[in-house]
Amino acid sequence: MSAIPDWRIGDELEERTPPPIGREQLRKYAEASGDPNPIHLSDEAAAAAGLPGVIAHGMLTAATMGLLFSPYLGHGYVKAFRGRFSGMVFLGDRLNVGGRVTGVEETGEGRLYAFEVYARRGEDTVASGSVGFLVFEGRGSG
Amino acid sequence: MLYEGFVGRSSEPVRNVVERDAVRLFAEAIADPSPLYRDGEAARRSRYGRLLTPPTFPRTFDYGRIEGLELPSAGLIHGEFRIGYERPLLVGDEVFCRLALKGSYDKEGSRGLLGFLIFERTGEDPEGNLVFTTNDTVIVTGAVRAGIEA
Repeated sequence: MSAIPDWRIGDELEERTPPPIGREQLRKYAEASGDPNPIHLSDEAAAAAGLPGVIAHGMLTAATMGLLFSPYLGHGYVKAFRGRFSGMVFLGDRLNVGGRVTGVEETGEGRLYAFEVYARRGEDTVASGSVGFLVFEGRGSG
Repeated sequence: MLYEGFVGRSSEPVRNVVERDAVRLFAEAIADPSPLYRDGEAARRSRYGRLLTPPTFPRTFDYGRIEGLELPSAGLIHGEFRIGYERPLLVGDEVFCRLALKGSYDKEGSRGLLGFLIFERTGEDPEGNLVFTTNDTVIVTGAVRAGIEA
């Protein structure tokens, strides 16, 4: 488990690059999330919808941005998340996710950090958003 | 505006229980290795005391249906997602989930008139305390819109 985060405005989270989007992951995500939309699973359905190929679920990209905060969950949790989907993600795409501290505020529950986050494929931003991460008062994960 | 008569309406609340296996499958699907989502012992030692859920996990719940509202099954674009928690959502939690259409507006885009639908989903504990609120913006493009209005 990581140390209690002590971020400053402007600090950047370590960029993460999960494995490329594969059919198996989309099948698993469709099942785990209960999203039956076939444009994420079938080439024929994607073509029928006018897409050049199967696309990943927007919410899978959102969850991928959430990976940035997994190392810190012993000390706090994602209290707020906002993601805007600006580009389609296709099979084989490799995303980089990253984020930067934009604010910090003391609240009754603990210290609330604000982040800007993004998911990019190369130079293209496919999603961007913001996260509120709450670090609990007191002794960390104890 | 699309579905104008449904704005302000909501579903009947549906009871959902956060299941350990559902959280494990979801964490695997999003490739999130955090032990707090799957290792019961690590979770017990943590300040949560129980397994935690990933931030977007409430996506998996049943929110019921807004009576009479039938969306097209294809061609909708998910523009934006928001979630806010009042407290962490943990395995074993019982939440009563409800879906509401909060707004509908039109915007002229470069490729025609777009419809925007704002859906709110909420989860409350058995005592009626709010646990989380999500907002989804769903975009209805011109071609799909023609099918709805026909």
